[in-house]
Amino acid sequence: MKKTRDVVISVVLIAALLGVLRYMELHISPQSQWAMLLTVLKKGSIYALVAVSMNLLNGFTGLFSLGQAGFMMIGAYTYGILTIPVAQRANVYMYYQGGIVQFALPSILGIVLGGIAAAAFAFLIGIPVLRLKSDYLAIATLGFAEIMKVVFMWDSLGPLTNGSNMLREYPTFKTILYPFIVSGICIAIIVMLINSTYGRAFKAIRDDEIAAEAMGINLAHHKRIAFTVSSFFAGISGALLAMYQTNVQAKSYNSAMTYEILLIVVIGGIGSITGSVISSFLFIACSEWVLRFLDETHRIGEFTVPLMRSGFRKVVFSIIIMVIVLFFRQGIMGTREFSISGIINRLTGKSKKSKGGDSNA
Amino acid sequence: MSNILEIKDLSVSYGGIKAVKGISFEVPKGEVVTLIGANGAGKSSTLRSIVGLVKPSGGSILLNGEEMAQKTPEQIVAKGITLVPEGRRVFADLTVLENLKVGAYLRKDDLSEDLAWCYDLFPRLKERHWQLAGTLSGGEQQMLAIARALMSRPEIIMMDEPSLGLAPIVVQGVFEIIRELNRQGKTILLVEQNANMALRTAHHAYVMEVGSITMTGTGKELSEDEAVKAAYLGKARN
Repeated sequence: MKKTRDVVISVVLIAALLGVLRYMELHISPQSQWAMLLTVLKKGSIYALVAVSMNLLNGFTGLFSLGQAGFMMIGAYTYGILTIPVAQRANVYMYYQGGIVQFALPSILGIVLGGIAAAAFAFLIGIPVLRLKSDYLAIATLGFAEIMKVVFMWDSLGPLTNGSNMLREYPTFKTILYPFIVSGICIAIIVMLINSTYGRAFKAIRDDEIAAEAMGINLAHHKRIAFTVSSFFAGISGALLAMYQTNVQAKSYNSAMTYEILLIVVIGGIGSITGSVISSFLFIACSEWVLRFLDETHRIGEFTVPLMRSGFRKVVFSIIIMVIVLFFRQGIMGTREFSISGIINRLTGKSKKSKGGDSNA
Repeated sequence: MSNILEIKDLSVSYGGIKAVKGISFEVPKGEVVTLIGANGAGKSSTLRSIVGLVKPSGGSILLNGEEMAQKTPEQIVAKGITLVPEGRRVFADLTVLENLKVGAYLRKDDLSEDLAWCYDLFPRLKERHWQLAGTLSGGEQQMLAIARALMSRPEIIMMDEPSLGLAPIVVQGVFEIIRELNRQGKTILLVEQNANMALRTAHHAYVMEVGSITMTGTGKELSEDEAVKAAYLGKARN
């Protein structure tokens, strides 16, 4: 009874959300000042997916990994390489005689293969790297991401990756609903994984490895699963990001990108899925839109506001990070989850604790 | 009576240091057996090697006649040995119920019967099944650690210092649980520094000193032994 109610409410809310998005897309003209909102929503939904995938590792399994940008890059490249229309290949791979891939896959297949490619890399990297703990794991995965970046720009791989030139002309999404639906489905799958027996084992490993092992949980196996699954979804979000940006260049998938994602996870609350989703939109809104004014020169009469110039936004961001790490380590949500049924229960005065479903996908 | 667990010539080394130097003992079905001894005698290393958390450097561990010595913890727990680790080590950010479910991780069958049984043994856990384990008191955490171990339906339960860091009145409760479990037919291997309580509870006892077993007997015999009294019971009075 209550379950059915929650399902109905979730479906209605999701439909309403998609309806509102579609309406905004149709009615906000590109010239209006609200056009930026659409950009924020698109990019935010993509970052939400990668942030949740990072949270699966860092927040739920306790593996401090910093390879997320690397896996996104693998997903983005796989997508680009496999989906550029054959007719465009001579143009894109102009320095490599049209490249060696001479077919084009449908875009949804490209996205899934992007995830699978990232997962395959993660599986292989995981064999040596997951023996490491905490900071050492972070250093190794960060190193891996940087190495992959350079490998993808390597001239000898040019016929495949187009070297240090960008990939473009592949199919992109035409509606804002596309990234929302793909991210939503992926996040829902991650939530189901976290609420499964596997998810409980992940959290047990995070809380106490020795006790988890004494309960018969195979540490290596579960860490590998978490790492591979997380990378799969990072790869998918990489493919979505490639679609959003309409070009792929290895250079942009750098460690700064990983830190952005880490920052989103920390702000949202390490161990909270909804926290990561909320903070993704907040973060993208701030960095792309709301705080842009910090980078512009402002004059009040003859007076020029000091400090406000290109790059000042980054300074403000750094300060925000420091404040959060020093005073708000829990982030927005801590390890709690936002749930509609929780709110309804609170409003109707039911005090029974309910775990609730995540209907915020 | 048949032995559930037989340890033969078991040794454990950390690098060059021998923590356990070829000990042998057995645990008969349905009995409480205790290893007592001072800090660093090798008691915990013995338990950890039995459950596979450390690989023994020699000897054999037979569970119902089957060799366990080179198996992984996953295989060993599946065969029916479980450990209540030293210092409780509950999963602090999981609820009580989730902790119990993790204890039954390797089981695929229905847990409701076992949950009901655990809640029956530990009514406090039932009241608090939604609470995060990290917010429980020390005694409650110890109850949870024991209940969690029971959820795997073990043949033998090993407990590493269950009285560590608990108030005397709570320690009484822990030993009452151990006796109750034994009454229900469970086999228990207990490692304790609280020799007084352990010897009163155990059918068989072994005294460990620097990696070797130096004395053995029934709990009653050892608790009346002058050497044991002087070394372990003098200061450990409750």
